[in-house]
Amino acid sequence: MRTPLYEQHVDLGAKVIPFAGWEMPVQYEGIREEHSAVRRHVGMFDVSHMGEVEVEGPGALAFLQRVLSNDVAKIAVGGAQYSCLCQEDGGVLDDLFVYRLGGDRYLIVTNAANHEGDLAWLGGRSREFDVIVRDVADRYAMLAVQGPHARQVLGSALGIGLPPRFHVSHVRIGRRPALVCGTGYTGEDGVELLIDPEVAAPIWAELLDAGVVPCGLGARDTLRLEVCYPLHGNELTPSRNPIEAGLGWCCKEETSFIGAEAIARARSEGTAERLVAFKIEGQGIPREGNSVLRGGEEVGAVTSGTFSPSLEVGAGMAYVKSELAEVGTEIEIDVRGKRRPARIASRPLYAKRS
Amino acid sequence: MADATYPDDLRYHEEHDWARIEGDQATFGITWYAQDSLGEVVFFDPPEVGATIQKDSSYAEVESVKAVSDVIAPMSGEIVEVNDALADTPEQINQDPYGGGWLVKVRLTAPAESGQLLGVEEYRKLLDG
Repeated sequence: MRTPLYEQHVDLGAKVIPFAGWEMPVQYEGIREEHSAVRRHVGMFDVSHMGEVEVEGPGALAFLQRVLSNDVAKIAVGGAQYSCLCQEDGGVLDDLFVYRLGGDRYLIVTNAANHEGDLAWLGGRSREFDVIVRDVADRYAMLAVQGPHARQVLGSALGIGLPPRFHVSHVRIGRRPALVCGTGYTGEDGVELLIDPEVAAPIWAELLDAGVVPCGLGARDTLRLEVCYPLHGNELTPSRNPIEAGLGWCCKEETSFIGAEAIARARSEGTAERLVAFKIEGQGIPREGNSVLRGGEEVGAVTSGTFSPSLEVGAGMAYVKSELAEVGTEIEIDVRGKRRPARIASRPLYAKRS
Repeated sequence: MADATYPDDLRYHEEHDWARIEGDQATFGITWYAQDSLGEVVFFDPPEVGATIQKDSSYAEVESVKAVSDVIAPMSGEIVEVNDALADTPEQINQDPYGGGWLVKVRLTAPAESGQLLGVEEYRKLLDG
């Protein structure tokens, strides 16, 4: 599948790769430049591959409270909240943002690879609730505009302001209704725009003219990794619960969501492994699947690894035995047969300069 | 990055490596195509001086932010020098793949292997194919 901006990516000379069934730009000029544009100035990402699901009806709140791990009742109209979608055993089917668009109308943004599965799961569990679950992925293109100058550029180029963090506002861009969401996946200030696919190209062109740097999935990954945001499929999977992933903060077991009992047990009893962030000390770049060693013994595995453009060192996240999950613990990463010394680091790996 | 270039005084290996042969010694590196496919190189993991390398086998690794790639020896030999400057400036491999971005110098143990390598026209054909 192609997003409404596919031609724009090709025209800009992007390297296009297959991703979750989509042909997506992985980089334009280069991951490091794009990464630093977002950290220092402002960049934009076509994330139209992400899915959207609308949940509407008098039973919307009760339904979402049942399927999502966070306390959905806390979201005011115009608010946004991060949540996990869990199985009965607490395994994470997806992690997502929920936006409350109206009294009993919510929008969920899903990961592209999980969209169909999420829809089936939500549809199956919606029957006992007075609610309609709609696949609205075709109605939206999605642009993430991120960086310290995002606010200023969006104001002058599109004449819209940024909603506060974790809020969503209804605006008109190019005479079409749009949603501006104060969310992102980079650790920087910025928004995610949910827009009519028809106006995606002119908005993209407008932002390009305003100096916003087009950024691909490569920089999206290094940016999120530096601030330790989990990626479903890497840090989060149906065989991992939110507690071991360090997402206990977005699980409110008192709301009796699907998976709450298993998660409460994991919380009180502890888990065998914990997700940690680490930095290589010296040379070497960790990659997904590398073994984590301690005293020569295998004690875990890397879920995401890269060269961190901001820290200029190899860094990543890994699941390790819980007793080793302490910040400062010395470990080794087996990078294709070479043992690279590393140390468990506090999260986030990169802290924004204020 | 500059446009694609393939100097005609080099011999090429189909795994996108080049060799500059001078008598029984040669300098090896990766081609413009290889560095472009890889993206910005952030790390070169060199072999040790004195190591023996085999034609068609991996002797080093180059890594970009996103990917790691084996570097294949275009010819057999013994490493006599590695480009130490790449430790601090691995981006030379992108900026100047046939100059400052050279990887190793090798004393060739089977100079006749050069006959199995590609000339520039053959290599270009391979890329176009």
